[in-house]
Amino acid sequence: MAFVLRRLAGLVAVLFCVVTITFFLMRVSPGGPFDSERKIPPAIEKQLLMKYKLDGTLWQQYSGYLGDLLKGDLRLSTKYRNRSVAEILRQTLPVTMTLGLGAFVLASAAGIFLGVFAAAGRGGPRDFLAMLLALLAISLPSFVIGPVLILVFGIWLGWLPVGGWGSIPAMVLPTITLAAPYIAYIARLLRGSMIEVLGQDFVRTARAKGVRELSVLYRHALRVAILPVVSFLGPLAAHLLTGSIVVETLFHIPGAGGFFVHSILNRDGFLLGGIVIVYCAMLVVFNMVVDILYTLLDRRIRLDG
Amino acid sequence: MADPRAMSRLLHNPVAVIAAAILLFLALASVAGPFFLPASYAQPGPLSFEPPSSAHPFGTDINGRDILYRVLSGGRISLLVGICGAAVSLLIGTTYGLVAGYAGGRVDAAMMRVVDILYSVPRLVFILVCINAFDQHLRELADGLGWTWLVSSSRLAVLILALGVIEWLTLARIVRGQTLALKSRQFVDAAAALGQSHSKILLRHILPNMTGVIAVYLTLTIPAVIIDESFLSFLGLGIQAPQSSWGSLLADGAAALNPVKIRWWLVVFPAATMALALMALNFLGDALRDAFDPRT
Repeated sequence: MAFVLRRLAGLVAVLFCVVTITFFLMRVSPGGPFDSERKIPPAIEKQLLMKYKLDGTLWQQYSGYLGDLLKGDLRLSTKYRNRSVAEILRQTLPVTMTLGLGAFVLASAAGIFLGVFAAAGRGGPRDFLAMLLALLAISLPSFVIGPVLILVFGIWLGWLPVGGWGSIPAMVLPTITLAAPYIAYIARLLRGSMIEVLGQDFVRTARAKGVRELSVLYRHALRVAILPVVSFLGPLAAHLLTGSIVVETLFHIPGAGGFFVHSILNRDGFLLGGIVIVYCAMLVVFNMVVDILYTLLDRRIRLDG
Repeated sequence: MADPRAMSRLLHNPVAVIAAAILLFLALASVAGPFFLPASYAQPGPLSFEPPSSAHPFGTDINGRDILYRVLSGGRISLLVGICGAAVSLLIGTTYGLVAGYAGGRVDAAMMRVVDILYSVPRLVFILVCINAFDQHLRELADGLGWTWLVSSSRLAVLILALGVIEWLTLARIVRGQTLALKSRQFVDAAAALGQSHSKILLRHILPNMTGVIAVYLTLTIPAVIIDESFLSFLGLGIQAPQSSWGSLLADGAAALNPVKIRWWLVVFPAATMALALMALNFLGDALRDAFDPRT
């Protein structure tokens, strides 16, 4: 419990740093928050400047932004004038989350299967094949895999839609594109630790007892060998969030990643800040969950063996 | 410290030799290739979206520019950014790891905690914002100083610096681990007993003993930086036109993909070249790791 509390305190500290860094990056970015091509009536502009204290000192601007964030107000987008950042995020974040979650599940499930599959046939043809595939997928970034998948499955074969969102078939290619390198990474990670675990005494004991091979692999060995994979889940979430930016752009998916790129190109400061802060908050919380999960798993192993 | 056994292990590994040959070929072609192609290939021409032919072996793009020329000159930028970015990460990662490992105790724990946190933050997202924030400032600064060469390539310089700043974490961890192991060895005690300063012990005794390991991770950092650069360029936030890199070529190719007119050459050739380079680098890195560190 003390551990969880300590992590919560750390979480607040990290978030505070993220907000501060983001704010000052927004400040040094060229172009004021409201000078875009589209002119707004001076009266409204003045009111907005007043409301957000943008004509005050740097400290007043910073404390004003911090105060608004504490109230849960991410402010207005400066490009999409009549929409608030929170509103944009409410519409786009579920899409990004669905894509990310799909890729997360696919990467873990396929990675674990492939890793165990390779470790079980260590040195044999299936180990070689699985690891060759993994090396290919790791070496190739999503913007190489994605266009090639679109070309082959979307255009030449015509099996799957080449873009868009909303139907199950449309989700297949983006999810695979996003997950592919991490399937490979998890497979390699797990293969290494499985091979180590499979050489240990308790596995030999299980085999001697006559436990079925599938059960030895997945119930006895995997439970111990999974630990390095669990500690990779935190960085994995960060990678998936970054990767989804490319995948969303490539497949024309209306998610938060596309808005992130546009907010940089449009110099839409508050939208950019909002997306960065929300992304980091999600990751920090997720990392905390993974850490707690890890200690729980670790404790059980200590108790068991 | 070049371990002669490691070199011979490397030269007897066919995968490593083939990968090195491919890389050498790609690097030479990128640097020298554009000089051997007709000068008109660099300029927009009348033939837009021409499929591969004997005149344009890789076809042409929307503006009638030759894809082969663009892939080669893009390779120049990608490889340059990859190598220089990796060099920046080498500097940061090695210094950080040496200090953390040598200081030990609480300093070490705090420094490594920072690395842990940075690992799980979307660093590329932050760097994206930084690049766009600082590019203009650097250009103004260079303009003020009268450094015209920097004005035209400020974007490239910011990219290299920024990507080096992202990719040092793994190297810092490795170097720290090596430093921890080396500092308890007797020759370090001997040097300390002789009254040598900490910086001298670090640079003369500890650092030279891990050059092999550092070389391995440098080889693995180059493809990572190339991927990052292409990631940014793919989104239109890295290299700016008229310069191109493999990432921006792929973005152009992906944008021109549609089911009615299949312009496959716009995607296939940049993708294949980039895949070849990245895989060769990864294979070479793995082979180097096997050669220098046969235990793992």
